[in-house]
Amino acid sequence: MTADLTSVAVGDELPPLTVHLDRGRLVRYAGASGDFNPIHWNPRVAADVGLPDVIAHGMLTMAVAGRIVTDWLGDPGPLAEYGVRFTRPVVVADPDGAEVGITAKIGAIDEQARTARIDITATFAGKTVLGKSRAVIRLP
Amino acid sequence: MPMDPSFAGREYPLGEAYLVGVEKVREFAAAIGDDNPLFHDRAVARAAGYPDLLAPPTFAFAVINGAQEAVLFDPALGLDFSRVVHGDQRFVYSRPIVAGDELSCTIVIDSIKNMAGNDMITLRSEIVDATGAHVVTGYGMLVSRAAG
Repeated sequence: MTADLTSVAVGDELPPLTVHLDRGRLVRYAGASGDFNPIHWNPRVAADVGLPDVIAHGMLTMAVAGRIVTDWLGDPGPLAEYGVRFTRPVVVADPDGAEVGITAKIGAIDEQARTARIDITATFAGKTVLGKSRAVIRLP
Repeated sequence: MPMDPSFAGREYPLGEAYLVGVEKVREFAAAIGDDNPLFHDRAVARAAGYPDLLAPPTFAFAVINGAQEAVLFDPALGLDFSRVVHGDQRFVYSRPIVAGDELSCTIVIDSIKNMAGNDMITLRSEIVDATGAHVVTGYGMLVSRAAG
């Protein structure tokens, strides 16, 4: 699907997304990103540092949350900025994994700069896991 | 051990350019479960006006991650890596990363702060292409949690 960027308005909602993360995905992401921190794949190490279980890489959560924008854009070329705060870990139990729900809406439009700000919400187990999660896109 | 605040302002250039590979881009896109054809199909990417496959936006972190290790594992900095969590991350893009890009990355320590026993280090990663043109800047804050 490709967004029509000529007619975006504040409050417009992007099509929501649900992403399932399991241990296999964390291992794949570790290899693809080069982040081999064992708290993302070894339950013993996670427990040693006081975590309830293995947690997803923050950057994996950021990547899947960002898909709500690039899925909508089709072509990520207009993306000018994307940032998040990591506020809560996504705990990935085995074998159930974790369900991350993602919603987003147009939060502001800057007519001068011809940009739109997209506010993204990512939730896991009923709580938000990202704060100040925002993308800025260039408008035509 | 707290981090040495005098390291703020220090620059760490990545030794060698990062060559963005087609299969690495596909591997990364598959790992985040993203089947956007621009990340997988070279013909689709070229038809859209790009020289080759596009990398997903957060692929920038795979480039930064390798360069960051020089900073994070610098023993003189005194960062306890086993206690590090990612606090925030932001990217500012001039254009998407494309397969075939030869990217140079310079990491700058923007600030080092200590709050309530937690060390907070903010890193800025400037990524430019082979012509020196800006591609993306990453801003990331890492927290080294107080022991105990």
